[in-house]
Amino acid sequence: MRWLAEVHVALRPGIADPEGQTIGTALRSLGYETVSEVRSGKLMSISFDADDESAAEAAIGEMCRRLLANPVMDTATWELRAEQTDADKAITA
Amino acid sequence: MLARRPRVVVVVFPGTWSERDFAHVAENVLGWECRTLWHLEAELGACDAVVLPGGFAHGDHLRTGAIARFSPIMRAVEAFAAAGGPVIGSCNGFQVLTEAGLLPGALMRNDHLQFRCDWQSLRVERPERAPAWLGDLANGDVIRLPISHGEGRYIADAATLDGLEREGRVVLRYANVAGEVTDEANPNGSQRSIAGLVNERGNVLGLMPHPERAAEAELGGTDGLRLFRSLERWLQEQPAATERRL
Repeated sequence: MRWLAEVHVALRPGIADPEGQTIGTALRSLGYETVSEVRSGKLMSISFDADDESAAEAAIGEMCRRLLANPVMDTATWELRAEQTDADKAITA
Repeated sequence: MLARRPRVVVVVFPGTWSERDFAHVAENVLGWECRTLWHLEAELGACDAVVLPGGFAHGDHLRTGAIARFSPIMRAVEAFAAAGGPVIGSCNGFQVLTEAGLLPGALMRNDHLQFRCDWQSLRVERPERAPAWLGDLANGDVIRLPISHGEGRYIADAATLDGLEREGRVVLRYANVAGEVTDEANPNGSQRSIAGLVNERGNVLGLMPHPERAAEAELGGTDGLRLFRSLERWLQEQPAATERRL
């Protein structure tokens, strides 16, 4: 089965985020004075094959631990959903 | 006793940019043997020390050093380090060492978000903790080396920082010309002004500055040579280090 994981890598709470702070300053200077904090991060959309949902969960968790997030500074969360492949679409049609 | 010239291997990842400077200093200034080695190689071959140079390995994508650490040559570098071989990672090489877990912590975007290319004074601390690289330097020495980085802000959790301090593993701190460690002298927001640290065993040194760019008086300074001379002397004192083949 084909899966799509949207992985959100964010800086751990308490880790200084000068990029987020700079974006926050820019937003406030544009008149959005109610903006109190901006935290920056990365969004990665990963398509991959796995037999079932638990295998897909395990695989994406391992990818995050090994490469996508550095536990010194990052946290990783993700949303996983089944994706229709062309073969799936052909069967449905 | 090392009866011949030191042999150094300089690792090259896609995007590395300081390997020629290191090779130039090793061969033309110091008279050493030097090989540059592409990251897809699996073996270092016979060598006395390994250099991970500066640059932008794999375009710094994802995080600095995050992809380089999985290059085949890194298995050999890890084995060399585990056997006590001297390894130095400068700038991007320091970032690779932290991603590979050979040194603790991480290097993040400079606090002011600017790339900083300048001469920087550094205070040497506990050089005896890194005898292969700082053996010729004394506690409290102030040296001047170039820095050239956008992501050099050293961070680690408080327990790790306290452990590094307790074990005397912070060997270089950003300082002013008088050797005073101040916020104003810190070029990137590094925690506790950390510019360089060693592993527990003391053979793996990571530092953001570039010692290879301070090896000829014509280029503004020669303090970088003090690290390489330390290595040369250390190798001469290490009978076991002469025939490491990994």
